[in-house]
Amino acid sequence: MRLEAKPTPSLATSLAYPLGAVAVTLALVSLLVIAAGASPFSVFHLVLVGAAGTQFAALETLTRATPLIFTGLAVAVAFRAKLWNIGAEAQLYVGAVVTVVLGTGALPLPAPLLIPILIVAAMIGGGLMLLGPAFLKVRLGVDEVVTTLLLNFVVLLFVSMLLEGVLRDPMALGWPRSASLVAEARLPRVVTGLRLHYGFVLAVVAAVAVWFVMKKTTLGYEMRAVGHNAEAARFAGIPVNRVLLKTAMISGGLAALAGFSEVAGTARNLTLELSPGFGYTGIVVAMLAMLNPLGVVAAAIFVAGIFVGADAMSRTAGVPSYIANVMVATALLTMVTAIMLSRFRIRWN
Amino acid sequence: MPETVLKLSGITKRFGALVANDGIDLDLKKGEVVALLGENGAGKTTLMNILFGHYVADEGHIEAFGQPLPVGDPKAALQAGIGMVHQHFTLADNMSVFDNIVLGTQSPWSWRLDRRGATARIRKLSADFGLAVDPAAQVSLLAVGERQRVEILKALYRDARVLILDEPTAVLTPQETEALFATLKLLVAEGLSIIFISHKLNEVMAVSDRVLVLRGGRLAGERRTSDTTRQELASLMVGQEVRMPEPRPASPGAPLLEFDNVSTGQRPGGSPLREVSFALRAGAITGLAGVSGNGQGAIAAIIAGTERPVSGRIRVEGRQIGDWSPRAALSAGIARIPEDRHAVGSIADMSVAENVVSERYRQEPFSRAGVVNWGEARRFAERLIADYDVKCPSPETRIRLLSGGNMQKLILGRALDPDPIIILANQPTRGLDVGAVAYVHGKLLEARDRGAAILLISEDLDEVLALSDSIIVAYQGRVSVPSSRGERSVAELGELMAGHGIGEAA
Repeated sequence: MRLEAKPTPSLATSLAYPLGAVAVTLALVSLLVIAAGASPFSVFHLVLVGAAGTQFAALETLTRATPLIFTGLAVAVAFRAKLWNIGAEAQLYVGAVVTVVLGTGALPLPAPLLIPILIVAAMIGGGLMLLGPAFLKVRLGVDEVVTTLLLNFVVLLFVSMLLEGVLRDPMALGWPRSASLVAEARLPRVVTGLRLHYGFVLAVVAAVAVWFVMKKTTLGYEMRAVGHNAEAARFAGIPVNRVLLKTAMISGGLAALAGFSEVAGTARNLTLELSPGFGYTGIVVAMLAMLNPLGVVAAAIFVAGIFVGADAMSRTAGVPSYIANVMVATALLTMVTAIMLSRFRIRWN
Repeated sequence: MPETVLKLSGITKRFGALVANDGIDLDLKKGEVVALLGENGAGKTTLMNILFGHYVADEGHIEAFGQPLPVGDPKAALQAGIGMVHQHFTLADNMSVFDNIVLGTQSPWSWRLDRRGATARIRKLSADFGLAVDPAAQVSLLAVGERQRVEILKALYRDARVLILDEPTAVLTPQETEALFATLKLLVAEGLSIIFISHKLNEVMAVSDRVLVLRGGRLAGERRTSDTTRQELASLMVGQEVRMPEPRPASPGAPLLEFDNVSTGQRPGGSPLREVSFALRAGAITGLAGVSGNGQGAIAAIIAGTERPVSGRIRVEGRQIGDWSPRAALSAGIARIPEDRHAVGSIADMSVAENVVSERYRQEPFSRAGVVNWGEARRFAERLIADYDVKCPSPETRIRLLSGGNMQKLILGRALDPDPIIILANQPTRGLDVGAVAYVHGKLLEARDRGAAILLISEDLDEVLALSDSIIVAYQGRVSVPSSRGERSVAELGELMAGHGIGEAA
């Protein structure tokens, strides 16, 4: 068996491969559903209804997609420059900590001032979180996969320490939980009474901004050039190390916005349950989107929809909601395979 | 009539619309050296890849020692006694010569290795065939010529009866080439058969019994070496006469780039520089000859701005350089044609337009306030495609899909378009066909006549001799005193390349 490179794919084929990947995913998951004793069609139907069948369901899906858009963008930006940021989870928590520190009464400002300040401060915090590993990478060649991955655990324990100590809400009866944000620091709801908040709008704006930066600016050009071929980029006069450090600030900042928007949009306070692994799922989202910033929005909604829909489905069909994890994981594998097949042809001898 | 050891009949291989090999017949007799001569892209490598099972031919079949050779199985070729020495060596640098030779010949299930017996066999092979190399030495410490001997030993250790050498002299000094040819004679006397792939006519004339010339995937001709001439082979190879540009006499002006006692630290992939001094003059091409890895890389890296000297001074137009980087080199008016156009000169997965602005994307009109004007980049790419005669469907094409010659023309255009005062041309024609070589040479001479100072680094001595107004030779991080056109003979340059005359005192 051998791989041969294919020429540039047409638009039609480059869309056909992701759709094919989804179809294969559904087929594989069907086998598990059948093994669980249910009908695949009714299960998929229930997932779809649960994810988008009602206004409530659809808005819940978008709410769940919001942090995934941010972490997906963070990963997509970093991976484009071949900066392997596996630490979006840590950067998310740093963003959340910054939001809680500044947003629980420390700054007595009106909302139109306070919210932008929180956004900027969270982004700087998350960016600095990734700047360390990036600096070690460019200076000493330390593998950022290892450092960013391990820092996730360091930061979680650090947050745990804060929640047991200085950040603990005295009114929380001993629970490891921070105080709640002041009203001026909270993101308003899009529809009264439902959970969807303006963090989703911010996420979509961020996706468009990232798309513009990557496609149209000199910085985006530099990031792509460094990612494709760092040696050639350096030869052409692109300051590779500086570009990687800038990439780290942007990527870490985007991941921190996930923490900000979760605290300011839904949770209101910080606990260790703030993120059920949004940082890691962001990697899946970015890969499903083939690192395209606008694709990240679609991929995040797709992944969030599966989780939300599977919850609803499991209540009715009796198939465990873990099927959502299987679906997302299978989708990632088929997608990675599809990307490979879209670029190479397999020859059997 | 000696027995036929290898017979390829009617080999045809198509890649889409391209016919890389078109009904090629080749037969190799015992004890014979057959040269496979042809330009890049003529189909030599494809043919050898088919023989080795890396590709499967669409038509035709192969017999080795009277037995049909299974298709698509690299192991089958090895087992049939066919060994290949690739142009780019396939050795594990961090292992010893012994390990490299023995690697893969032992069953993975066997418990021990008969080191003593294996070493004795390697020593005997090296003594018999003039392949002096220490089995205990680590490969990373060996010179290029020695590494090539390890590759040959590797094939002989596997009982190869047919040896294929792909451009074996590209990395050797004239003297090392002589030694290789002596080894080949010994091998042939032992009854081995050799396929010698080359595009250098004088070597083909010196070493082969028979010549097969490939052109455009077809067999353009077959001659007994004793019955043919260089001129006949050249016209068979190219299909027509190619006129190489004739340099007019140069009128060198002021020194534009000066190295003054420049040294570098240890660096991977070649000698560090040791107190090197030379000057590049306006309106002249200075040729830097030498076996690769003798300091050319360090000189090129410093001029390109990717490396800084640890001591010594560098002056551009008489001013000493301060903060030095690729960007500083570019703004000082230095154009750079890198040695490796695939890994360094271009970004394979980016488009032609994105590649041609890689050195100027920050300047107007290509960008303003950090926003790139892609329309302007496309217009620039279209202009280069037209001016430099590049065969390329559009500025949006990924540069990976271009042939080597077309890619090099774009790199040349990118470098020469801003009218540089100094040009670093590092192996500018490596791997190009004769037409493209003539084109690149013409453009370099044009730039020279315009008044640019050019450093031409090349492993091809013929190229250095043809273009240079003055020649310096690098050996182990030092350079010789310059000689003007015609002052030193090829033999004298060869002596310098082997280090005679570039002493500690020089």
